[in-house]
Amino acid sequence: MAVHESEQHQSTPSGISRRSFLVGFGVALNALAAILLAIPIVGYVFSSFRYKTVQEWIVLGPMDQFPERQTRLATYRNPFTSPWDGATADIPCWVRRLEGEQFQVFAINCTHLGCPVRWFQASGLFLCPCHGGVYYADGSRASGPPPRGLFTYEYKIQDGHLWVLGGQLPTLATPSEA
Amino acid sequence: MLRSLALWLDQRVHLTRLFASTAGHAVPASAHSWFYVFGSGTLLCFVLQVVTGICLAFVYAPTAHDAWTSLVYLNYQQPLGWYLRAMHYWGSNFMVAIMTLHMVQVFLFGAYKYPRELTWISGCVLLLCTLGMAFTGQILRFDEDAYWGLGIGASIMGRVPFMGSRLVYLMLAGPIIAAETLSRFFTLHVFVIPGLIIALVSVHLRLVLTAGINEYPEPGKLVRKETYVAEYEALIKAQGVPFVPHAIGKDLIFSAVLILGILACAAVCGPSGPSGPPDPTQINTAPRPDFYFLSLFALFALLPAYLETFLLLVAPPIAIGLLFVLPFLSGTGEKSPRRRPVAVLSVMLIVLVIGVLAYLGTSSPWSPQMEAWSGAPTPIEYVKGRTPLELQGALVLQNKQCRNCHSLGGEGGRRGPALDGVATRLTRDQLIRQVIQGGGNMPAYGKNLAPPEVTALVAFMQTLRQPHESVARDATVPSVQRR
Repeated sequence: MAVHESEQHQSTPSGISRRSFLVGFGVALNALAAILLAIPIVGYVFSSFRYKTVQEWIVLGPMDQFPERQTRLATYRNPFTSPWDGATADIPCWVRRLEGEQFQVFAINCTHLGCPVRWFQASGLFLCPCHGGVYYADGSRASGPPPRGLFTYEYKIQDGHLWVLGGQLPTLATPSEA
Repeated sequence: MLRSLALWLDQRVHLTRLFASTAGHAVPASAHSWFYVFGSGTLLCFVLQVVTGICLAFVYAPTAHDAWTSLVYLNYQQPLGWYLRAMHYWGSNFMVAIMTLHMVQVFLFGAYKYPRELTWISGCVLLLCTLGMAFTGQILRFDEDAYWGLGIGASIMGRVPFMGSRLVYLMLAGPIIAAETLSRFFTLHVFVIPGLIIALVSVHLRLVLTAGINEYPEPGKLVRKETYVAEYEALIKAQGVPFVPHAIGKDLIFSAVLILGILACAAVCGPSGPSGPPDPTQINTAPRPDFYFLSLFALFALLPAYLETFLLLVAPPIAIGLLFVLPFLSGTGEKSPRRRPVAVLSVMLIVLVIGVLAYLGTSSPWSPQMEAWSGAPTPIEYVKGRTPLELQGALVLQNKQCRNCHSLGGEGGRRGPALDGVATRLTRDQLIRQVIQGGGNMPAYGKNLAPPEVTALVAFMQTLRQPHESVARDATVPSVQRR
């Protein structure tokens, strides 16, 4: 037994035993490997954590599709899609044409928690089915839990067509106006 | 022959020793109680969920384009697909329910106290994982409720200060709810969280073995850090019995009843959904979460707006934090619920609050009835013998969609007060003011009603009372004879 002990503690000239050097070196090597392994994995999984505003001009249709003093539902295909998105990339929005080239384009999502608001022509209100948020025809908050008026899209008229600047789900942190 | 084979196997893999240190470990005889069956019941539910989940994964297509279609295929084409979906759905309901019972029992019996703090904490993490499974599972049922549920989740993330936009992106894995969102939740539901649960259950069970099963609490028997471990060891020595076979009987019976219950519920009630396809352009929908999140859903509607963001973001971490530190706040002392009125009352209060909120969530009186204006009839006694002006007012009330929020004769929305008897509560002037300017939770209708419409509407509303009741009258005006 004593012989074994002395073998295990065979020291190098510097005073570090061969065994503790191997363990220490092994731990250090694995730590390096772990870091090199973690960089691509964390970078891959959390790549979407790097927020970037993605917006693009999207055509909603010819202007005469939206009669004056009316609010109509329009849909567009989100410009940032994968081929396997299915129907989820078809995004609806409410287009209110005041008169002439004056428009208001509202996101479908309630500013409270994102449920789809519905337009009621006769009472001139948007009603939300989830928690009872209500907005006036111009998108301003009327009652209920919403903290602000409806999200609006920037729009432009080009060659008689209505375009909006869109591409991301509007929330309080990512409003469509920005 | 068989015996020698068994002995050979035992010598190689030490089964007897493994058995003695696990399933055969000594438990207090008092732990052989019907109150102690919920832990094993929850584990059984989890195992069932793994089995039925794997079966579903054979067929389910985890892509945004195909998921909904594959669910419909499972329901109608795949032999017994509907039944496996139903078992998975009811299994999840049972798992949440039995886990809750387990937690309540552990809390009331003081089983979280010294020296079982870590058992409780690992259980709390398991609770969070199970709720995570419930939420992600609801997303995998990729229908319109799942789509808008994701929207609600993203909107909550969007309220986090400073990093809201990043969290929205992280949750959705992109700018909108789409393909990568579903893939993300599929990975969480099928790989990440179940893996965590398996690891945590191992820790939880290991702690049950090292810290021992809690003895049935006796009133007046206090836990002291100095003496408890010795007392427990003495108890085990005096009246300890091996868990298998002496204390497992009730667990076995409960397990069988549980499986039969899940099978029966699945057979009778069938699978849940999918509801309409996850197509955001189909906006005629009223999204509702599964029952475990109905109370939260109700809370979102009922919290005052100025408190909402604060409570949404601050209250859950505080509540979870409290759960985690509970064994350190009251780690010693009385265990029996008979001597812990505050503990019993807290459980009753929490159950009551969650129960009432969930009930409100199912009826959601704050949501407008979107079809009431065109679909709900006007009660006949409100139009019988009325003047043309009043009848015109009845039409205005219907056409201006008042009934989406106000009911008449029990039909219509419940967002605002029922209008039966409104004539006895508000005078003519007050009615006009309320209609035109709104107030309380009511939008102003001034821009949407022409003066003659207001006149007619208010004339009609003044008839909304029982024949023997008189209209409300302005107390500052001497009583004038009015209709």
